[in-house]
Amino acid sequence: MLTQIANAAYQVNFQEPATKLAQTVYDLHMMMMYVCGAIFVGVFGVMFYSIVRHRKAPGRVAATFHENTTVEILWTVIPTIILLFIVWPVTKTVVAMRDATSADITIKATGYQWKWGYDYIKGEGEGIKFKSVLSTPREQIEGKAPKGEHYLLEVDNHVVVPVGKKIRILTTAEDVIHSWFVPAFAVKQDAIPGFIRDTSFRAEREGTFRGQCAELCGKDHGFMPIVVDVVSADKYSDWVAEQKTKMAAVADDPAKVWTMDELKTRGESVYAQNCAACHQPTGKGLPPAFPALDGSKIATGPKEGHLDRVLNGKAGTAMAAFGKQLSDVEIAAVVTYERNAWGNKVGDMVQPSEVKALRQ
Amino acid sequence: MNTATTTANGHSVGHDDHGHHPTGLMRWITTTNHKDIGTMYLWFSFAMFLVGGCMALTIRSELFQPGLQIVRPEFFNQLTTLHGLIMVFGAIMPAFVGFANWMLPLQIGASDMAFGRMNNLSFWLLPPAALLLTTSLFVPGGAAAAGWTLYPPLTIQLGMGMDMAIFAIHILGISSIMGSINIITTIFNLRAPGMTLMKMPLFCWTWLVTAFLIIAVMPVFAGAVTMLLTDRHFGTSFFSAAGGGDPVLYQHIFWFFGHPEVYIVIIPGFGIVSHVISTFSRKPLFGYASMVYAVAAIGILSFTVWAHHMYTTGMPVTAQLYFMYATMFIAVPTGVKIFNWTATMWRGSLSFETPMLFAIGFIFLFTIGGFSGLVLAMAAVDVQMQDTYYVVAHFHYTMVAGALFSAFAGAYYWLPKWTGHMYNEKLGQLHFWLTFIFFNMTFFVQHFLGLAGMPRRIPDYAVQFTDFNQISTIGAFGLGLSQLLFLYVVITCIKGGPKAPAKPWEGAEGLEWDVPSPAPYHTWEVQPIVK
Ligand code: HEM
Ligand SMILES: [Cu+2]
Repeated sequence: MLTQIANAAYQVNFQEPATKLAQTVYDLHMMMMYVCGAIFVGVFGVMFYSIVRHRKAPGRVAATFHENTTVEILWTVIPTIILLFIVWPVTKTVVAMRDATSADITIKATGYQWKWGYDYIKGEGEGIKFKSVLSTPREQIEGKAPKGEHYLLEVDNHVVVPVGKKIRILTTAEDVIHSWFVPAFAVKQDAIPGFIRDTSFRAEREGTFRGQCAELCGKDHGFMPIVVDVVSADKYSDWVAEQKTKMAAVADDPAKVWTMDELKTRGESVYAQNCAACHQPTGKGLPPAFPALDGSKIATGPKEGHLDRVLNGKAGTAMAAFGKQLSDVEIAAVVTYERNAWGNKVGDMVQPSEVKALRQ
Repeated sequence: MNTATTTANGHSVGHDDHGHHPTGLMRWITTTNHKDIGTMYLWFSFAMFLVGGCMALTIRSELFQPGLQIVRPEFFNQLTTLHGLIMVFGAIMPAFVGFANWMLPLQIGASDMAFGRMNNLSFWLLPPAALLLTTSLFVPGGAAAAGWTLYPPLTIQLGMGMDMAIFAIHILGISSIMGSINIITTIFNLRAPGMTLMKMPLFCWTWLVTAFLIIAVMPVFAGAVTMLLTDRHFGTSFFSAAGGGDPVLYQHIFWFFGHPEVYIVIIPGFGIVSHVISTFSRKPLFGYASMVYAVAAIGILSFTVWAHHMYTTGMPVTAQLYFMYATMFIAVPTGVKIFNWTATMWRGSLSFETPMLFAIGFIFLFTIGGFSGLVLAMAAVDVQMQDTYYVVAHFHYTMVAGALFSAFAGAYYWLPKWTGHMYNEKLGQLHFWLTFIFFNMTFFVQHFLGLAGMPRRIPDYAVQFTDFNQISTIGAFGLGLSQLLFLYVVITCIKGGPKAPAKPWEGAEGLEWDVPSPAPYHTWEVQPIVK
């Protein structure tokens, strides 16, 4: 299995570019390799000539020269001129790269520990929002199952964009710095909490492109991939329509009173997506950094305390304020689940209306 | 000043008449002798090199295969952080301070460093700092796990291991600032009559520049981590947008320290390599004056390029362009140095003892590191490379092949002077070749991983990165084990071996070769005069 996939592995250069800019970057890199290669051969050619021909031998007398103003000036000036030639095309590329204006579609990418959230905020598809979480099963990571083809580079919800359109990505983060990195687009932009930055790309061909978070963001930094599907304009419109219906279908009725079982089932999936990374599916956590919920004082104590911790997080730790990420229903469900899962048998439940009241 | 002072007729007066000289353990704890202190620095640095190396090997073992096998991700992050901090502050910097202590007085004809007691203190600050760093692995929450760059807000989340790291950094900073003050004072005030600055050995020059860099930037780093500390515990929000601060501000402060820091770890190596190349070419160094100017230029320019580590933070395009131009410009003085070394070898009478091998290896590999630096300098291309394994490859080519190789070159070069014995030349050369081969095996393939998009600081990776990671891990173990050979060579050389003459290398120049080998406990009781 491993070797089969590894056949494609001897990749010694950038991934195949999918945008014009990525192609330019590729070319710049190659140009620099040629320049460096030439200088390298020149300098080390001279040095190895010395090593071979000027080695110590009977009768060999070392020369005694130790300066020569002309050559010293020459080898200061010539590299400077070479650099000036290189700088020009790079400057043009940098300027082009930083231009994210007049985009067709604007998407906000928010980094969380450890998943991405996407909001389509302008252009076709406006209003679509979803979270995108690693979908590689735990067993593969722990080596209990064979690794799939896109091991660690697969997520539950792909970002979908139309081919040939300029896509502007706004990046920000909720907790720590992350970085939105898709190599085939030559795009990498830090997502900084409290700030919004932007970058853009225009994909030239359809396909699925995969990247990963590129800024150390804590424990699961290696487990927050980015997957972008570039599709035709028609397919994109279909996808938008489909998303809209899906969102309408799952939209929760805020007035509904939920049953215990409904809350627990919903809560379990919310837990798996948002909480299990740290507190583990078993609720045992990874103490002391990530406390156990199974039997924890907060999860078995008064529900106000429990709700407060989930809504507002705990400053100075990796416990995020989920109030901003999750809806009232999701919070009610996950709290109910935590209070009644594993060894926790509190028996009470939280209704969305209680969460709503607390938020005020 | 407690060092022996010398009267004109050569009688030694001072605290260290042989009668009251402490021996045994107390000799080392209380010593103010530059050679003792230099020796302690060197051993300390080697010990830290092994500790940091074990961490690297644990990291590489985890990365041998995709999947999580050996360590948990959070522990993995702690290991990368400590590996980086320990290698930079515990292994490389102290190694060069050790060289400075041993060699500066010998090279400039001074009887000791300017401030003996302070010298003793700056060494003895190191072990507690090292202890803080290593024991932080075992406190609740573990060691700092945010990379050696310690970026907030991640560092705000961490446990008490982070506070221990901050405290350790404060101590290390104080130690290196004191060391630098000592070096600057020694160089300015204790040179032998006739030794003008422009006659001074290049190693002294490189240390002079380095010492100024240290004094300029260590307080900056101390300030940055102090702000982290108050953000963590005292309710400030320097680096939190919620409180009106800015997480990117930390990066600016950090790299204003951090970029000169990477030159701090390499510049003394430039000095060592210059001596070695000239000695084994049996020719004077080509372009001494331009070497001095190049080092000074590199030192000054290193303050102007910090944000090339931050191209992806979203700075304005004008700033990106400025930092790109400035960074590329550093290639010019760096190139001048490489050309000068090549010209020194040109038409010499070359022989290839271990120090020379390491020096040539240094030039060769450091040039590769310089080229990948030039690639990274191009902001548009750096966006692809930043925070991938390409960067890991790049900085190991500069720090391991640069700083470490020059340290090995220096160690073999001066071992006869330190111990009075010749080391085993065959084993020394074997050490070089093993190190050279395994080094490239470990780090060259990481360029490819980075180009293909493998991020750094990840404990697990996609399957297409497997092959190169396996090569890299095997190389790392070879590299690590080869260093035990070095330990063996040094120990046998201390214990015995052919007697070394005062000047074991035919082409060597400089005052240090006028004193017998091993260099006596007190040298230059009569100040030499330089024509
Ligand atoms: C046997 C030799 C070595 C091996 C196998 C090794 C390996 C590694 C590895 C695997 C990483 C983690 C890269 C990442 O995921 O970001 C790393 C990081 C690093 N290494 Fe080394 N290393 C070695 C020697 C050194 C030396 C001698 C130095 C310093 C002079 C050094 C300085 C660093 C630094 C500064 C980092 C960055 C740490 C961070 O990400 O915060 N390494 N090394
Ligand atoms: Cu991240």
